[in-house]
Amino acid sequence: MTLQVPAAVPLKAGDTLLYLDGVSVSFDGFKALNGLSFTVAEGEMRAIIGPNGAGKTTMMDVITGKTRPDVGEVYFGGTTDLTKLDEAAIASLGIGRKFQKPTVFESHTVWDNLDLALSGPRRVFPILFGRTDAEGRRRIEEILETIRLTHRRDALAAGLSHGQKQWLEIGMLLAQDPRLLLVDEPVAGMTDAETEETARLLREIACDHSVVVVEHDMTFVRDLGVHVTVLHEGSVLAEGSLDHVSADERVVEVYLGR
Amino acid sequence: MITAFLLRGLDRRALVFLAVLAAVAVVVPLLNLATPAGSGLHIPSYAVTLLGKYLCYALLALSVDLIWGFCGILSLGHGAFFALGGYAMGMYLMRQIGTRGVYGNPVLPDFMVFLNWKTLPWYWHGFDQFWFAAVMVLLVPGLLAFVFGWFAFRSRVTGVYLSIITQAMTFALLLAFFRNDMGFGGNNGLTDFKDILGFPIQDEGTRAGLFVATAVALGLGYLIASCVVRSKLGRVLVAVRDAESRTRFLGYRVEMYKLFVFTLSACMAGVAGALYVPQIGIINPSEFAPANSIEVVIWVAVGGRGTLIGAIIGAILVNFGKTWFTGVLPELWLFALGGLFVAVTLLLPKGIVGTATALWRGRRWRGPAATGEGTLAESGGDAEPPAAAPAAGPAAPERAS
Amino acid sequence: MLFRPPAIRRSRRPATRGLPGLLLLLGCLALFLAAGAARAQEAGDLRPLVDALGQGGFDFDKTETAIGSLAETGDPRVVPALEALSEGDLYVRKADHAVFIGKRGGAGYQLTDPLTGEAAGEAARGAVDKIRVNNNLRRAIRTALGGLTLRSRDPAQRRAAVQSVFDAADPEALEPLEAALAAEKDPGIAELMREARARILLNTPSADAGDRLDAVETLRARGDRDALAALSGLVAAPDGKVDPALRAAAAKAAGAIKENLALWEAAQNVWYGLSLGSVLLLAAIGLAITFGVMGVINMAHGEMVMLGAYTTFVVQQAIRGWAPELFAWSLWIALPLAFLVSAAVGAAIERCVIRFLYGRPLETLLATWGLSLMLQQAVRTLFGPTNKEVGAPDWMSGATHVGGLLITYNRLYIVIFALLVFAALLVLLKRSAFGLQMRAVTQNRRMAASMGIRTPWTDMLTFALGSGIAGIAGVALSQIDNVSPNLGQGYIIDSFMVVVFGGVGNLWGTLVGAFTLGIVNKFLEPYAGAVLGKVLVLVFIILFIQKRPRGLFALKGRAVDQ
Repeated sequence: MTLQVPAAVPLKAGDTLLYLDGVSVSFDGFKALNGLSFTVAEGEMRAIIGPNGAGKTTMMDVITGKTRPDVGEVYFGGTTDLTKLDEAAIASLGIGRKFQKPTVFESHTVWDNLDLALSGPRRVFPILFGRTDAEGRRRIEEILETIRLTHRRDALAAGLSHGQKQWLEIGMLLAQDPRLLLVDEPVAGMTDAETEETARLLREIACDHSVVVVEHDMTFVRDLGVHVTVLHEGSVLAEGSLDHVSADERVVEVYLGR
Repeated sequence: MITAFLLRGLDRRALVFLAVLAAVAVVVPLLNLATPAGSGLHIPSYAVTLLGKYLCYALLALSVDLIWGFCGILSLGHGAFFALGGYAMGMYLMRQIGTRGVYGNPVLPDFMVFLNWKTLPWYWHGFDQFWFAAVMVLLVPGLLAFVFGWFAFRSRVTGVYLSIITQAMTFALLLAFFRNDMGFGGNNGLTDFKDILGFPIQDEGTRAGLFVATAVALGLGYLIASCVVRSKLGRVLVAVRDAESRTRFLGYRVEMYKLFVFTLSACMAGVAGALYVPQIGIINPSEFAPANSIEVVIWVAVGGRGTLIGAIIGAILVNFGKTWFTGVLPELWLFALGGLFVAVTLLLPKGIVGTATALWRGRRWRGPAATGEGTLAESGGDAEPPAAAPAAGPAAPERAS
Repeated sequence: MLFRPPAIRRSRRPATRGLPGLLLLLGCLALFLAAGAARAQEAGDLRPLVDALGQGGFDFDKTETAIGSLAETGDPRVVPALEALSEGDLYVRKADHAVFIGKRGGAGYQLTDPLTGEAAGEAARGAVDKIRVNNNLRRAIRTALGGLTLRSRDPAQRRAAVQSVFDAADPEALEPLEAALAAEKDPGIAELMREARARILLNTPSADAGDRLDAVETLRARGDRDALAALSGLVAAPDGKVDPALRAAAAKAAGAIKENLALWEAAQNVWYGLSLGSVLLLAAIGLAITFGVMGVINMAHGEMVMLGAYTTFVVQQAIRGWAPELFAWSLWIALPLAFLVSAAVGAAIERCVIRFLYGRPLETLLATWGLSLMLQQAVRTLFGPTNKEVGAPDWMSGATHVGGLLITYNRLYIVIFALLVFAALLVLLKRSAFGLQMRAVTQNRRMAASMGIRTPWTDMLTFALGSGIAGIAGVALSQIDNVSPNLGQGYIIDSFMVVVFGGVGNLWGTLVGAFTLGIVNKFLEPYAGAVLGKVLVLVFIILFIQKRPRGLFALKGRAVDQ
């Protein structure tokens, strides 16, 4: 291990927040991840691209504890071994995740969705007897403002449009106030205007959070203007600015197309 | 904090229900005890017992609704918790018989004398005290649910898998309680009770008292369930029902929430069983039969899952139907029950109350998808599953694959 | 692991008359026919010898001589006379000194001819004399009787006699036994006699030490429970009574036998387990299709099995009525019909109910449960609530011994049948066009549809296939279980357990799951009892599912999480 940062010391911008080394996962002989190694620094925003089956979603599953790696190390904040924790514990550590398919609680209102996501107690009895305090309500209002859903606060999430659901989910991530956000294809199925808006939203978020975005949409990735990691067959093919990786022969070969 | 918590459970629907229940709890015993047998207003004792039985079933249905309707856990083994509560009460009633049994043994129940047992098994000790039995009524089903749930939810057994193993659980208990050497009366179970808390169990007054006790228990159960589902925890439960994995990624330990509500629900079922036994006068292993547990689910489905009042209405309606059918056309009852299962799942997936509520709020419920302006009424105590596009029927809350 | 509440069940204990038994019977018959002619002649020769019994009076030596000469004939027909004598029921008629068996009746005695067993009228009390016996004579009679039956012409009788000599282990019987052994022609019976002799020797402390050591070896070779008991008795005998070398040899032999017996017992348990496993496999294999491949929870699956069993019943009724000569073929006729009946009902269920509930497993569960109640009630209304008698063709009944194993034919055929059905299904799924379409639809419905596969049609056929196989299972199960409207109920939980335990969507998992659960259950039964054994298996599965929620042969990957 190359990391010696003790957990107690707060990370400075530029220090490694997320660290994956030699992670492999296989399903029935198919290697979804194959010796994947990469790091994300505190405060960084990173885009991950790659063809279907490159292992992007599996990588997110591994980071969030949904899938256990067969081999390899996954560390968060320097010393926390994520492979030993479950989803809830990892979420409580400050890793938020947005799914590819927008997953919001459809039978809850927009407000309740955010209220559930709001950072705070997660244990059964405090939740049973507790109520969201004024500070919490203020934060929800704030987030509603950010995701432009204030006027829909009492609507059922089921009634939102596709783009609104995506935003609501991003809003839920904000309410969680995580140190690291994992965002899986946030603009899939969005109109161009919505896509632009989402890019703006993510950049805003990236000001005070580390973000990993998985995306297919090259325009969107260009809009974000961040470092790009290209995955292929479960490992890193290239890394650098979008222009840099676009120039890479192999990336063009497997992904961008000639 | 607790007061505030309880007050939150008292929405308009709850108040109406509790008022009706209170009225029933006063009027029925009154008409039974205070009117002469020939009077047109007289309610015969057997009807009081029958109504008491319905209320027990309603409490059981409520417990199933709490986990199925609000958390998506379809238990096909809730009859087991009901029966365990019943057995705990039955053991108390057996100990009360004392020397009045056929063999006149002051300590050993008749069936033990018959089996030539010399001493009381250790787990029968303490059941001569009512308070002990009352604690056990809650503790035994609760503990079983806790242990079972702890294993099942921690390893993420969900959906039909969970349903099947809950069914296996009650089946295993059924087989076990059939055994004579379990010490619970084997095939015949526990029966021939004489009195409860010193009151003769066949007495009209005692029966009326048991009826009132059942109504109170149902009211309390409703209140607790209502408080739970209206708390933030209730919203977490619905979140688990609709998108379990998403809830987990928000940092909620889903298994703990499931465990809490499963155990609570098992305790409620246990109380229902404990009130059922003195009114019916017998508890035997057939209460563990998987078919019984599945029947409870259909009561809930008929009334409307995810609406607490629906579970109660469903339980009373279906059981009234059963009483009527088995009296008039006994051979048709299974056809009717089977048809009910099919018809409700195909045609009335939201149940009576759910459908009625949807019609009541007609425009608003059809609204959200189309206009985007739907709001969840602040007074709505129960989280009904949302209506999706009419053609597709309601969104299936289960996420089992 | 038939998970069902204890109920009275029709037991079909097979008559132990397998092939070897039959041959033995034929052999006996031939022997009797050959001996028949000779016997008629000798009947007269025996009479004076029997009458000689009555001439001894108080001279017991004379009577003993007479007993000896009767014994020397080796003719079993003198046995009744000797038995009667031993019991004090033999009388001599004063008038003609003829000997009769007499029973007190009316004013005097009812006489029976001791040789033919025919009634010989009555005699007043004073007209007959009882033939007296003392203890010495009784012993002589016993010895003579042992020797006589040991030398009976009937091999079955000789076997029985040897066995009783073995069980009694009376040193007195050694002499006639050895005599009989010398005369014995049948090598099998001779072996039994040697074993009996060995047993007696072990019971005779005065016998030669070398002979007794040999006897230990002989018993060890016999190797059954009786031999073990004899040897254990020797091992447990008090000190000083038994030569240490002999004791050591006996202990060693007993150990060897115990090991051997345990092995056979284990093998028998494995067989019972396989047999139970094949029943589970048959019941579960259709479910492996509907639940495992299609993901449809069919709680009415058990009723499909029940329909198959009732089809068998109807077929047999029809055959009994119109063509009794076809009875041996009844099961073969029932098989395709049962498949068709259950498949048709399954197809109807899929079209009318299940197709509206795809993607809603819990609702499917409830609706199919309702269907199962209706099907049960329908059968109850049509055929009545009682058990129906489904006969077994001759080739299905009987049993055979393989070493220490008892194998009944019906169970054997069911094991073979279950494996055949499994193999056929496997081939159908992997090799046929229909199997390919079915797998395509279950894996990616939209893609399959766009490739021109009629997915609703495939759904229906798949469900019908699963149901039809359940019907076939019903034919087999009608041979070993009660055919009643509740037949299916007993199998539904078992079947789900097997499929879930084996791993959903994996036929091989179902196979391994069924046999594992069958064998585990049968190994638990001796220790825990049948009911507790089932409970333990259920608890085991519940715990197992929690450890491996997706079963023994789980599919992995992203698809399963959806």
